[in-house]
Amino acid sequence: MPEPRLIEVRKNVLKQNDVIARTLRERFRAAGVFVVSLVSSPGSGKTAFLEKTLTQLRPNYRVAALVGDLATENDAVRLARSQAPVKQITTGTLCHLEAAMVETALAGWNLHELDFLFIENVGNLVCPSSYDLGEDLRLVLISVTEGEDKPLKYPTIFNSADIAIVTKTDLSAAVEFSWDTAYANIQAVRPGMQVFQLSSKTGEGVDEFLKFLSTRLDELRHSKQPACASTP
Amino acid sequence: MHELSIAMSIVELAEEEAERRGVQITAVHLKLGALSGVVKDALLSCYEMACEGTVLQGSRLLIEDIPIVIYCPACRAERPLSSIQLFCCPDCGTPSSEIKQGKELEVVALEVVSETASENTASENHECPNPA
Repeated sequence: MPEPRLIEVRKNVLKQNDVIARTLRERFRAAGVFVVSLVSSPGSGKTAFLEKTLTQLRPNYRVAALVGDLATENDAVRLARSQAPVKQITTGTLCHLEAAMVETALAGWNLHELDFLFIENVGNLVCPSSYDLGEDLRLVLISVTEGEDKPLKYPTIFNSADIAIVTKTDLSAAVEFSWDTAYANIQAVRPGMQVFQLSSKTGEGVDEFLKFLSTRLDELRHSKQPACASTP
Repeated sequence: MHELSIAMSIVELAEEEAERRGVQITAVHLKLGALSGVVKDALLSCYEMACEGTVLQGSRLLIEDIPIVIYCPACRAERPLSSIQLFCCPDCGTPSSEIKQGKELEVVALEVVSETASENTASENHECPNPA
């Protein structure tokens, strides 16, 4: 066997995903729809949060959601109660959503008829961090029941997200959750990250977040600049 | 655990290069950032699996770990992080989330041997070489 030689190449391994994500982002921008994705560990309250958000936004905005799940359609059924259009993406054994799945799920949708599109990722704090879905804003959710050190355990996902949401605050006292510690941990792995705290059950803190979303939609529509490009 | 799909993307990408350049690949050099979200050991074992039955079978994956580097606005300089749990300047302590390096997931080089010099037909080019 002859001596091997070294040839230089520069190829991003996730280029295929990134190319599709860029195309999606351009489509979203052209349609004027603000796209929000959600990542978190399983059971942190993504679906409850999304149901609350869809229900409260719906009187004033045209909203829809894509929901990633390994096997069941339970989340889509729950979200359909909000009466917003919801589509399930069943990933099978795949632990994360990829841009191509979002593209396929959106086939036949008229994005111009939407103000907000939500994409709920598979419950997983590791794998989704590598994949850009073309979203304007990526939310990472942690519930008070998970403990304050989640950000320190999963710094990569916090660095791929734009905003953190602390959920289930109605249970804070029961689990002796320390907001100060959680906030400090988030700031340690992602200095300057904006954090909302809310309870999807009682509604506490939800309005503040919805107001933030409305502002971001206005900014998107009144500016030609990309609102906030997530680049995991 | 998304390392298998990452490994398959690497193999796919390398297969394309091998075909385009008419070479046999013996090793793939990869830059892997600490913030790429990919676990090195898992990727290495998945790579072997992903290579099976392809022209890459028997090739090695050589991973260069890329540490996280941030830009410190106070020092006006790039600084390596001392811990992935603390995004602040190791010199002056100023927090920063301006990441300059550490998200890489990039094939940077290939070790290759040319296929037989007498190769003329495409079919020969596509022969699956026996791993040494």
